[in-house]
Amino acid sequence: MHALPPAPTPAPRRQLFVGTSLACAAGLLLYGTMIAMFVRFRKTTLAVPDSVWKPAKSVVPEVATNIMLISFLAIYVFVQWAVYAARRDHKSYVGLSIGLTVVVAIAVINAQAFTWFQMNLGVRDGTYQTLFYAVTGTFLVLMIIGVVFSLVTVFRYLGGRTKDREIVTAHAIYWYFVGAAYVALWFAVYVTK
Amino acid sequence: MTTIDPHLATAGTAGDRADGVLSSLAAWITTSDHKKIGRLYIGASLVALLAVAAVAALLGIERIDATSDFIDSGAMPQLFSLYRVVLTFGVVAPLGLGLAVAVVPLQLGARALAFPRLALAGFWAWLLGMVLVIVSIALNGGPGGGDPEMVDLFLVAHIAVVLGLIATAGAVATSVLTTRAPGMNMRRVPLFAWGALIGSLAMLLLLPVLVATLVMVAVDHRYGRNTFGGNTGIADWVGFAFTQPATFVYALPVFGFAAEAVATATRNRFPLRGVAFTGIALVGTGLFAGVTQTQASLPRDVLHQSFGDFLTDVLPFLLLEALPVLGPVVLLGVIGLALKPPTRPRLSAAFVAGILGAGMVFTGMAGNLVYQVGDAQLAGTVFEEGAWLYISYGLVIAALGALTYWGPKLWGRRIDDKKSLPLVGLAFIATVLAALPLYIAGFAKQPAGATQFDYSGPQNLWNTLSAGGHLLMLVTVLAFIGLAVSSFRKGDHAGDDPFDGQTLEWATTSPPPADNFAEVFVISSPEPLLDLKPVRTAASEGTA
Repeated sequence: MHALPPAPTPAPRRQLFVGTSLACAAGLLLYGTMIAMFVRFRKTTLAVPDSVWKPAKSVVPEVATNIMLISFLAIYVFVQWAVYAARRDHKSYVGLSIGLTVVVAIAVINAQAFTWFQMNLGVRDGTYQTLFYAVTGTFLVLMIIGVVFSLVTVFRYLGGRTKDREIVTAHAIYWYFVGAAYVALWFAVYVTK
Repeated sequence: MTTIDPHLATAGTAGDRADGVLSSLAAWITTSDHKKIGRLYIGASLVALLAVAAVAALLGIERIDATSDFIDSGAMPQLFSLYRVVLTFGVVAPLGLGLAVAVVPLQLGARALAFPRLALAGFWAWLLGMVLVIVSIALNGGPGGGDPEMVDLFLVAHIAVVLGLIATAGAVATSVLTTRAPGMNMRRVPLFAWGALIGSLAMLLLLPVLVATLVMVAVDHRYGRNTFGGNTGIADWVGFAFTQPATFVYALPVFGFAAEAVATATRNRFPLRGVAFTGIALVGTGLFAGVTQTQASLPRDVLHQSFGDFLTDVLPFLLLEALPVLGPVVLLGVIGLALKPPTRPRLSAAFVAGILGAGMVFTGMAGNLVYQVGDAQLAGTVFEEGAWLYISYGLVIAALGALTYWGPKLWGRRIDDKKSLPLVGLAFIATVLAALPLYIAGFAKQPAGATQFDYSGPQNLWNTLSAGGHLLMLVTVLAFIGLAVSSFRKGDHAGDDPFDGQTLEWATTSPPPADNFAEVFVISSPEPLLDLKPVRTAASEGTA
């Protein structure tokens, strides 16, 4: 073997943070594509005179969708609070802030289910319906992944791995991404009809 | 390392201690050793290559005689789908990625791949998905398939395939960004690792677009079938990922390997590394066309348009189609500089395969440029298939060389260079035979994806040559697999540095331990091993 100069074990280089950031970039491309296709089909459908895009009988429950948007503001505050508390080794605050994140995320999932129930669309009934369920269903999958990520983070942290702050930061990055995805969904699907 | 990394010393020896086939199998299935994960990818994709070359040869034989009914006409769309999907996502993308998984952490001086379990999960998702893709197409599914259940299965399995590749690409990119040895800044990253980084990042941005499209198409096909054209519309919507320039991204590791092989063959420092890095990165711009799902053709009579229209037509063409082709031009220019006399490179299988592989991929990329020129009138012809084959088989040629080169680090024994070199030559001939006649037939207007056609010219000859090329590739790869297995079982034990290498993988044992290196090294140049060797001069080479 060649005798290269040995070195001490290198310091961690934020592997989880970089990996999560790359995953979020990929996720943005994925969700951006879905929103772009939704908007494109709406444009081409509405370009045809007398065509129907969204069924008139189906009404978007704007209170629920707007509350979901506001909920993401709360999630942003909570996840950043978790990062702040982790840096200062405030174990109980990390647990509290991530716990609140989970509660609000479950509320968002509930609001999405409520929206589906209120709009009462059949997935087979037309282009709008099919694309609507594809886009909002993917958002729900992102939310569920987020809840699992939060639970893993909080259990690891409260389980004693308090030096593992990187996962708390990566967890925050993920929720920022999901929030951005919802802003796009809210504007493209719920606001511009 | 972060706490999410497994303790590889333990993980790797578990398999060694295993007694019994089942325990050994379980150790392979659950391994977190990146070398084993890479070998799983490489082995599975070479087997897939055998299958797809056989299908391609069958399709070529069917096209020799336009009136032939050798294969049932109802099965033709399925066979063309199988050919396209498996060669792109069953061979090219995983083969390049598998090499990167196996070799890149060693080149970086890292003890492990970042997120090894994610990479392993990606492999199994890819493998299971690819098996289901093949099964669904065989049972009348796939694009244009007649069985709706099998079409649904095809779409879901295809999503699994692509998600698996995304997961593995994420692990490779994170490794290059975070697990480099002390002193190895980004400018000192080995050329192959740089190619793997750019390729992985490009796949991370390109493939999610395909996943999104597949999800939309799958939901529509399962429930509505009123938006994306049902089974016949699938190819139109997801075809962007199987055609140029998106395919440039999957073949990107070829260029990194070519540069690496040239540097080792010349036994000198690779010149103008920054320029070479730029050339490799430019190939990655092929992702722009994929992400925007656009093919920017140059319309006919473009020179007679107004200046405004000219710019509107030419700029997208230059950005989406021509810019990636600039990459190999730059890189091959630097390689030419590296080979300038009085340098005398060693004629190894790796060197020849690197040059020929990069040359073939470049020929495919340049062919795509010609295909997009409206005045050439090639749209809808087999010319595109020729370009795609040059790119796909170009990567296979380079992979044969890469396995010969890095074989000692993968299984501790050498593949005989004298036996591997003729196989690389045969793979080159097979590539030219399979692809070049399709370029010519494209100019004669042979339609793509069809077996019934009529045009003036020796159509029998072109399609016979092309089918022969696929058969030759099948035989060559089969022979190479035999050679590799034979070397694995009873080949010569390789030394730690049998090729007089320059990068860190040659600073550890052959094969390396489960955690790669006994100790971490400090790097002070892009060629750390060359720093330890005596300076070569023309005079010393003459006396050697």
